[in-house]
Amino acid sequence: MIDRDQVLHVAKLARLKLTDDEVERMSGELSTILDHIETIGELDLADVAPTSHVVQLENVLREDVPRPCLPREKALEQAPDATAEGFRVPSPAAHA
Amino acid sequence: MSELLDLTGAQAAEKIKAGELDPAELFDFYRDRAAEEDLNAYLWLPDEGQRPEFKTDAPLAGVPLAIKDLFCTEGVPSTAGSRILEGYRPPYTATAVENLQSAGAAMLGKTNMDEFAMGSSNENSGYGPVKNPWNHDYVPGGSSGGSAAAVAAGLAPWAIGTDTGGSIRQPASLCGIVGLKPTYGSVSRYGMIAFASSLDQCGPLTRDVTDAALLYRHMVGQDPCDSTSLKHPETIEIPTAERLDGKRFGVPPELTGEGVEPGVQEVFQQTLRLIEELGGELVDIALPHSTYGISAYYVIAPAEASANLARYDGVRYGMRTVADDLTAQYEMTRHDGFGPEVKRRIMLGTYALSSGYYDAYYGNAQRVRTKIAEDFTNAFEQVDLIVTPTSPTVAFKLGEKTDDPLAMYLNDALTVPMPLAGIPAISIPGGLSEDLPVGIQLAGPAFSENRIFEAAYALERAIGWDPPEAPWKR
Repeated sequence: MIDRDQVLHVAKLARLKLTDDEVERMSGELSTILDHIETIGELDLADVAPTSHVVQLENVLREDVPRPCLPREKALEQAPDATAEGFRVPSPAAHA
Repeated sequence: MSELLDLTGAQAAEKIKAGELDPAELFDFYRDRAAEEDLNAYLWLPDEGQRPEFKTDAPLAGVPLAIKDLFCTEGVPSTAGSRILEGYRPPYTATAVENLQSAGAAMLGKTNMDEFAMGSSNENSGYGPVKNPWNHDYVPGGSSGGSAAAVAAGLAPWAIGTDTGGSIRQPASLCGIVGLKPTYGSVSRYGMIAFASSLDQCGPLTRDVTDAALLYRHMVGQDPCDSTSLKHPETIEIPTAERLDGKRFGVPPELTGEGVEPGVQEVFQQTLRLIEELGGELVDIALPHSTYGISAYYVIAPAEASANLARYDGVRYGMRTVADDLTAQYEMTRHDGFGPEVKRRIMLGTYALSSGYYDAYYGNAQRVRTKIAEDFTNAFEQVDLIVTPTSPTVAFKLGEKTDDPLAMYLNDALTVPMPLAGIPAISIPGGLSEDLPVGIQLAGPAFSENRIFEAAYALERAIGWDPPEAPWKR
């Protein structure tokens, strides 16, 4: 069972604001889903290696040479708020 | 006009190359149909009279192509079905789209989808659900529901989508068309907005197997911009097989029995008999860990998603909810921009990766993934291909499962084991149940797409899929 405090803790880790209703619903839904996921516990996995990537890959090296990249104005074009030089955000320490 | 609608993508390309069809006429025909559609299949279309360049000498000859809105297309809105990317016009185009455009595909429009490809019904789109063209009260499947509905309704000759746990095959099944999830890495993921990076793969949604092979042939390729992309060891051929002699088809009880509704089971059994009539041999195989596929998938995919979606913070692109403190702005932007399913998966993934839970959830899910992949390796020592239904049910009603996330997830039971193992699988229409299409899935080992296309082609001919009530005939 995922309680309210756990939901709020995880939401904070995920930088996600949830309303009281959402916290309530999330607690029930996550609990139901995790109960199903826990059927994995039936398996003996002690000696099994985890798979993070399914296809065998070999490392490929390339010359470390500069290549063209997005011009600054183009990179800034889609920002909700930008100066000519960078992305503009409120102070991270407004409430510090 | 209906003569244009009768043409598959490959046939249209041939006619253009032979000088018998004007690509601009074909493009306008589909654009106009798409502009008048009532399925909500498209999120973006060019303005009337606005046409791309038609490369009539290229293999795809300027035939229009619908593109899932998960692909970045330069200067053209690309939202991933999310409000958080409303109005976003990417500065570059996805490699898969570029490859197809170089081969002569003309971008027809961007199709609706479940937000960030998270969903099995298209009801999670930030821009409203897509309707199933066979019956507008039903879902088209998801997450590539817009692409599937567009092809099934004759609003595009063909389309591309993406598949993480079934998002090409399941909507193809529910809409009565063909959909291929290729081998992981065979098509570049560069410019494909990321959901679960170790599973995501893009592929074609088409009216028939020939079209799927033709599109896939021009999508594959190693890409320096995607370090997980690989060179396909084979040239993709257009299939011609008429028989299945000598081919062994594995039938796993875990993915063909419990949970498969009777009408789907009936079509599946008919298909098995057809395989035998065509000379194929049916072999009982076991995929004992595939029943744990949903559990492993719904840890791994949300875990990767929670990391991938961290980038939507209202700083560089997309929407922003203004607050006077940076952290509050992140939190409010993400609250306002993401829909309920995306929030649920971010929460699930963040929880599974959080301190104290990591090994119990993520670590064990990765171990199950190893076991699922081993099951397939063992099975392919005995058989050439594995055959199952694509979805345990036909299309369900809009709203039927939206209040029960777990019930929605269980829809993916027959399609999640393959991406967990990185192997390719196709869905082709097998027949009808309750006047709705039933899809048949064929899976093969990594890089066996040519083998899959050949078998699917022979089977497609034998099935003779041509229902009089099909939506593309309306």
